[in-house]
Amino acid sequence: MKFTEEHNEIRRTMAQVIEKEINPYVEQWEEEGIFPAHDLFKKLGNLGLLGVAKPVSYGGLGLDYSYEALVAEELGAIHCGSIPMAIGVQTNMATPALARYGSDELRKEFLTPAIAGDQVASIAVSEPGAGSDVASIKTEARKDGDDYVINGSKMWITNSTQADFLCVLANTSDDARHINKSLIIVPTNTPGVEVSPRLNKLGMRSSDTAQIFFDDVRVPQRFRIGAEGQGFTMQMQQFQEERLFCVASILKTLDLCVSETADYCYERKAFGKPLLDNQYLHYRLAELQTETEIVRAALYQAVEQYVEGEDVTKLASMLKLKTGRLAREVTDGCLQFWGGMGYMWDNKVSRFYRDSRLMSIGGGADEVMLGIICKYLGLLPGQKRG
Amino acid sequence: MSLFYFNEEHQAVRETARRFTEKEITPFIDEWEESGGIPRELFLKAGEAGLLGMGYDEQYGGTPGDIFHAIAINEELMRAGSGGVVAGLQSLNIGLPPVHRWGSDTLKARIIPEVLAGSKIACLAITEPGAGSDVAGLRTRAEQVTVDGKPFYKVNGSKMFITSGVIADYYTVAVRTGGEGFGGISLLLIEKDIKGFSVGKNLKKMGWWASDTAELFFDDCLVPAENLIGQENQGFYCIMSNFQPERISLAVMANTTSEVALNACLEYVKDRSTFGKTLKDHQIIRHKLAVMASKLEASREFTYRIAARYQAGEDVSMEVSMAKNIATDTSDHITYQATQIFGGMGFMRESVVERLYRDNRILAIGGGTYEIMNEVIAKNLGL
Ligand SMILES: Cc1cc2nc3c(=O)[nH]c(=O)nc-3n(C[C@H](O)[C@H](O)[C@H](O)COP(=O)(O)OP(=O)(O)OC[C@H]3O[C@@H](n4cnc5c(N)ncnc54)[C@H](O)[C@@H]3O)c2cc1C
Ligand SMILES: Cc1cc2nc3c(=O)[nH]c(=O)nc-3n(C[C@H](O)[C@H](O)[C@H](O)COP(=O)(O)OP(=O)(O)OC[C@H]3O[C@@H](n4cnc5c(N)ncnc54)[C@H](O)[C@@H]3O)c2cc1C
Repeated sequence: MKFTEEHNEIRRTMAQVIEKEINPYVEQWEEEGIFPAHDLFKKLGNLGLLGVAKPVSYGGLGLDYSYEALVAEELGAIHCGSIPMAIGVQTNMATPALARYGSDELRKEFLTPAIAGDQVASIAVSEPGAGSDVASIKTEARKDGDDYVINGSKMWITNSTQADFLCVLANTSDDARHINKSLIIVPTNTPGVEVSPRLNKLGMRSSDTAQIFFDDVRVPQRFRIGAEGQGFTMQMQQFQEERLFCVASILKTLDLCVSETADYCYERKAFGKPLLDNQYLHYRLAELQTETEIVRAALYQAVEQYVEGEDVTKLASMLKLKTGRLAREVTDGCLQFWGGMGYMWDNKVSRFYRDSRLMSIGGGADEVMLGIICKYLGLLPGQKRG
Repeated sequence: MSLFYFNEEHQAVRETARRFTEKEITPFIDEWEESGGIPRELFLKAGEAGLLGMGYDEQYGGTPGDIFHAIAINEELMRAGSGGVVAGLQSLNIGLPPVHRWGSDTLKARIIPEVLAGSKIACLAITEPGAGSDVAGLRTRAEQVTVDGKPFYKVNGSKMFITSGVIADYYTVAVRTGGEGFGGISLLLIEKDIKGFSVGKNLKKMGWWASDTAELFFDDCLVPAENLIGQENQGFYCIMSNFQPERISLAVMANTTSEVALNACLEYVKDRSTFGKTLKDHQIIRHKLAVMASKLEASREFTYRIAARYQAGEDVSMEVSMAKNIATDTSDHITYQATQIFGGMGFMRESVVERLYRDNRILAIGGGTYEIMNEVIAKNLGL
């Protein structure tokens, strides 16, 4: 991938926001278990950073996905995993389908304020009984006159205690499981929407995660994104961007873990020399950085293909799988080299160790990625070879 | 040759510890984890149940026992699923043995009975902000002085990451009494509330929340010379030999962490279903569990074997290091896989595997890191 001056410019813009508006507050937000989504998103929205690859007519910058990926990569410089995730939900998880398939009216009503940072969005797919197996969700949107009446529950929804609207996947008919679903925008102030208190988690402490309940929630059918019954397909497509985002947004974090660990081990002495002078330590750090670079190269390749309009589901899934595992390896390996300091709660590497554990679970767990990869490689039972 | 490491007596102690855990620990775990410590009464109750004095002389209120008594107790306490409770409640197991083995009779008679009864709490303080792995590099100074005609050590320096450091009454502290290196180190028993000794706040850490961890500060702190444990400048040897049972016990904690995580998974995969099957019916999940169980079995057997050889008086410092690394490799693997198998629930505070994942991470760092264990092993291989 070739980066132009515009690429570098937008990267710098993001870097400046992180330095001025985000990193100085991360400790406080982590401690409080929440961050001010509206406040922060407005700042990002003012700079166009929430709509990099979104259409200009709705306030986006109208750039191609390579810019979006680069901004995502810059987000990895944030000193926790929560904020990149929250921003990613807004830009790459809850709104891609809306931007691509939503009616003009729907986009004006929801996409424009999401890009401007006036409204916070969540993606609501997972349910208490269905995470990996998206097709088996139970939430139902029944037609009633011009409306849908929604009942059911969504589990572990990021941004949801602050969200203005949810992009909900629901069953809209009794047809077969892959053609009976629709994506529907549900404003959170609709009567019957209830959000649980924030859930207590291993990591991602400043990101709010909650369960959502729908009790006869009535929204107009025009809030549906695209054609009825296309929801599953649109969600699978939307997952591509989600996965590319997940990968892009953790690379700088991994760089940072390696470099700060190297700095620490350079300063700290034991047995009469810097820790870093132990061969095992410097080789191990070199190995971890090597793997990170290889993922980065593959990511750039996937982004390039995606920009060209190719279906990159296979490569995006491979990248998500590999990066989730690598994130654990890098953070675990680096944490070890901080000794007892690595076990302290506020240590950055320790935080990334906890935060990044999510990567192999959320947005399609490793095993789900492997299932998709199998399918693309024609390895599943019943798939013909040759 | 007996195929079992635990005889009837060991089983009886195990039974006591199991009942104690079920009644006195498990119901309160969540509360203690969140509040960041265990109540002092728990020490009293454990003392009363005879769980603190195993392996100590009867004249000090102990009960004769060997390392398998300690292992049985450790395993049962760990089944409550909190490494912090075990580390906190058992900090005496690293703090008291030096007193027991090398302390003067007066010191022993004064200190040990109270600690075994649970009315006083003991801990071990070796690590410093500037010296952890490199024990011989510690800098806390103790100088001999005479005050009002009595001999004292005047101690200056600080200690870091001390388990039970906040609540303890007795601190077995490594200090520098002589020159540089391992030959200048001694152990002193330092008591809470003496002038010049202060304790920092409970450090916030990734796991082991039910045990407090503190930094200790010594500022011209006067410690009576009779509190010297063993001979002056012989402390390094005491510390190293004290590490052997500590490392075995950390290996046992790792193995039991693995066991609790594995059992939680074995239950979870029976109920949860995806893609029209229960998780256990996906081959990947079954094989993951098979590997987890195999690793645990091998690690536990190896730990027992090395404990038995230690008990028999063999020098197994290399094998003890191996056992600790094998056990923590295993528990790293198993707790990681357990959070994976639990999916989103594995990331939630409400699941036991979330805590085990956090608690486990200390085991390859504390009591000698993974890399230091490898250094010990390499040295013993003649390298
Ligand atoms: C902090 C956090 C934030 C989240 N944010 C959101 C959000 O904003 N929106 C949203 O919709 N969801 C969100 N989720 C939910 C997340 O996407 C799901 O947790 C994830 O998809 C896994 O689903 P599950 O938890 O139901 O696990 P399960 O589906 O129950 O899976 C359990 C385990 O079984 C494995 N498994 C499943 N099927 C198979 C198979 N066929 N073969 C072998 N192994 C298999 C899985 O890989 C996993 O290891 C979030 C979760 C967390 C923890
Ligand atoms: C929760 C907790 C409880 C604790 N409880 C106690 C306690 O009760 N009493 C006590 O005295 N201490 C305690 N400790 C301290 C613990 O024993 C030390 O943290 C540990 O020994 C490592 O020392 P360090 O933190 O100084 O790491 P360092 O020694 O700075 O090591 C940093 C990294 O460098 C590696 N390294 C060091 N030397 C080498 C080498 N030669 N070759 C290769 N790699 C090397 C280490 O393996 C480690 O990965 C506790 C720590 C924690 C976190």
